[in-house]
Amino acid sequence: MSRTNLSRRGFTGSLLAATALSACAVQPEAPAKARVVVIGGGFGGTTAAKFLRLEDPGIAVTLVEPKSAFSTCPGSNYVIGGLSKMSDITHGYAALTGVHGVRHVREMAVAVDPVAKTVRTSGGQTLAYDRLVMSPGIDLRWGAIAGYDEAASARMPHAWQAGPQTELLRRQLEAMPDGGVVALAIPGMPYRCPPGPYERISMIANYLKTAKPRSKILALDAKDAFSKQPLFQDGWAALYPGLIEWVPLGKDGKVVEVVSGEMTLVSDFGQRHKVAVANVIPPQFAGKIARDAGLADQAGWCPVDPFTFESRQAKNIHVIGDASIAGAMPKSGFAASSQAKFVARAIAAAINGRPAEAPVFANTCYSLVGPDYGISVADIYRSTPQGIVAVQGAGGVSPRTPADAAAFRHLEAMYTHGWYASATKEIWG
Amino acid sequence: MTQLPRLASAALLVLAACAGQASAQALAPTSGRTLAATCTGCHGPGGHSPGEIPSIYGKTETQIVQALTEFRSDRRPATMMNRHAKGFTEAEIAAIAKEVATWR
Repeated sequence: MSRTNLSRRGFTGSLLAATALSACAVQPEAPAKARVVVIGGGFGGTTAAKFLRLEDPGIAVTLVEPKSAFSTCPGSNYVIGGLSKMSDITHGYAALTGVHGVRHVREMAVAVDPVAKTVRTSGGQTLAYDRLVMSPGIDLRWGAIAGYDEAASARMPHAWQAGPQTELLRRQLEAMPDGGVVALAIPGMPYRCPPGPYERISMIANYLKTAKPRSKILALDAKDAFSKQPLFQDGWAALYPGLIEWVPLGKDGKVVEVVSGEMTLVSDFGQRHKVAVANVIPPQFAGKIARDAGLADQAGWCPVDPFTFESRQAKNIHVIGDASIAGAMPKSGFAASSQAKFVARAIAAAINGRPAEAPVFANTCYSLVGPDYGISVADIYRSTPQGIVAVQGAGGVSPRTPADAAAFRHLEAMYTHGWYASATKEIWG
Repeated sequence: MTQLPRLASAALLVLAACAGQASAQALAPTSGRTLAATCTGCHGPGGHSPGEIPSIYGKTETQIVQALTEFRSDRRPATMMNRHAKGFTEAEIAAIAKEVATWR
């Protein structure tokens, strides 16, 4: 509790100091009230950058993101399944820079100095900040599954960061002969997008069902239960009978080793699965820049103040999105964007001397089980000194047996695409 | 059933308020602007949805209050909005409605 108060006091105090400093600096244009650097141009970072400018155009915002366009993980399963193209899920930063006046530094953030309050970039720039928003997403833990390193991912794609890996997995599915086995290795919690692997199973099954009907999916899971499980399994039974075998941890589902040269996955108890296509989703941790800056705990994720998302390890740095430990909130694009809006508003409030508000966050995650069969999970969240919790009695998953199931799943399939259109318009549009 | 979410929300608000109690900086109640930021992720910026989810701009305050209240008590059919509406108190629904009614 006292930690929360201290960090909030520091929050306002240091910003006031920063404002005073910038007022003294000689600048050709109207001086910024404060400088905010944002690391990472995904759902969290891009939202934070845009909403900081919407909240207060007097704040100078710099986004550090090497890519000129961002391919989203949401929607990437539809590319893998052949329903969408990469261009459908790729978004540039033209509106962010041109309309909203965010400065985009197209370099990697390579080091953070929390004392000097600077970020060093791959191009050798040093960017000073009053507040730093870190939304670096995830890195894959190479070697956590024996034999699964970056080289192995060229043969056995993870496709858990959208881009060339997404296209590689799609090409492998297209090249696979009918009758092949497609294996997925699915990690234990926590990881990016809890329902993601199961939507991916669904989209691959949808492709195989018509294009390669003698093929099978072998889903090897390092856990015994998963997000929206009954809804997914009902859908699989209805749409893809006999096509999917899901093997939980308790039935030796955990993959502990891969032999990429032999397209073989090895389970904890030594079963060897030789397959035609292997999608290995390895365990993950916070993006490198956050770990290098000392913001992560031993498990590799970043503890934050649940009221401000300010790092527990360093003042003036907010960690949002997948890299943060956000209590009951899942590692999802929607959650990251929700956190970003609140943090942007909280930073602007502090700069302008307004009191901090009680946080409220939301998450809504749609998944396609089939092209016309959508399901969802949603929650509203509030902050407590012990962490972020979901509001009881609200939220939850789609009903398992709605009165008109076909109509319900159809609507939620439409809303899956509707959410994507709205969210990406709000963030990159 | 409809009482439960309200009680849970109220309890959390008290907890949240306690967190800031020791300092002079007690947390302000969540503003309509902050609450309504949870709407736009699906309904689009300013309530203008480019896709299949209904737009919500151009509604009156009364319409928004009525819709959210009916979603919350399951009197209005919904796929998603009943789950969301149960996460907010009556006062918060009023604050959301006031904010959303400004969207044109």
